[in-house]
Amino acid sequence: MAEISFSQGAQIPEVRVTPDKYLTNRYAGASGDFNPIHIDEEFAKAVGLPGRILHGLWSMAQVARAQTEAAGGPAALKRLSVQFRGMGVPEQEVVVTGTVREAADGRVLVDTVAEQGGTQIIRNAEAELQV
Amino acid sequence: MPVNTKAIGKKYEPTTYAVGREKIKEYARAVGETNPLHLDEKAAREAGYADVVAPPMFAVVYSSPSVAPSLFDPEVEMNFAMMVHGGQEFEWGPLVLAGDEITTTASVKDISERDGRGYYVFESVSVNQRGEQVCRGTWTNIVRGV
Repeated sequence: MAEISFSQGAQIPEVRVTPDKYLTNRYAGASGDFNPIHIDEEFAKAVGLPGRILHGLWSMAQVARAQTEAAGGPAALKRLSVQFRGMGVPEQEVVVTGTVREAADGRVLVDTVAEQGGTQIIRNAEAELQV
Repeated sequence: MPVNTKAIGKKYEPTTYAVGREKIKEYARAVGETNPLHLDEKAAREAGYADVVAPPMFAVVYSSPSVAPSLFDPEVEMNFAMMVHGGQEFEWGPLVLAGDEITTTASVKDISERDGRGYYVFESVSVNQRGEQVCRGTWTNIVRGV
């Protein structure tokens, strides 16, 4: 586990992940969210999307993972709030970054985002960590 | 057409979800977790946990059976064709482990309108078999053109 100094202005280590072609099917099964916009190319196009899109909550899970990996495990993440914007797509890299906004007495607030192809798919996200 | 706010405060039947070891592993793999606490019961036990640990975002799995019926409640009058999941917040308590039973109660927290958009905010409160609150979720859905 990387040693991170959670001081104001510090960056958390990036998480970079490229969801493969079948990821949305696996996440649908794992999460129970079988909305066809995530798993059916023809349906997605018929409702005006470019094709199947990522589940927003999968993308949020990448933001969560960036925090827990930085902070040393799942117990550290106390709160995460996000806004979903735009849409993520399979087979293109997702990058999660974050910057410590505040750190005091083991309580850390991180401003964090996820982007894909230069567009934020999760923005204005805030994580609260206990470290 | 203004949004109908009469469902604010409505609570739904609690649902209880039994957390399975293999379900945690399946979820952890789907979201790319590599921490052995989520994937290997031996590693979890060596770290002092009774079984594999659910990643925090596994909250989606145990709370959805309670939240989904609230979204489809005809009294809420949410237009799915124009809806996007706009925001999500989770606040976590003690970790959830395989073998836990998590009971979740969903409610309608707020319905409002701003700039021609309807904001439908649902809340889920999840407690474990010891009555400890393991997660509170705030689910914000935005409907265009209300």
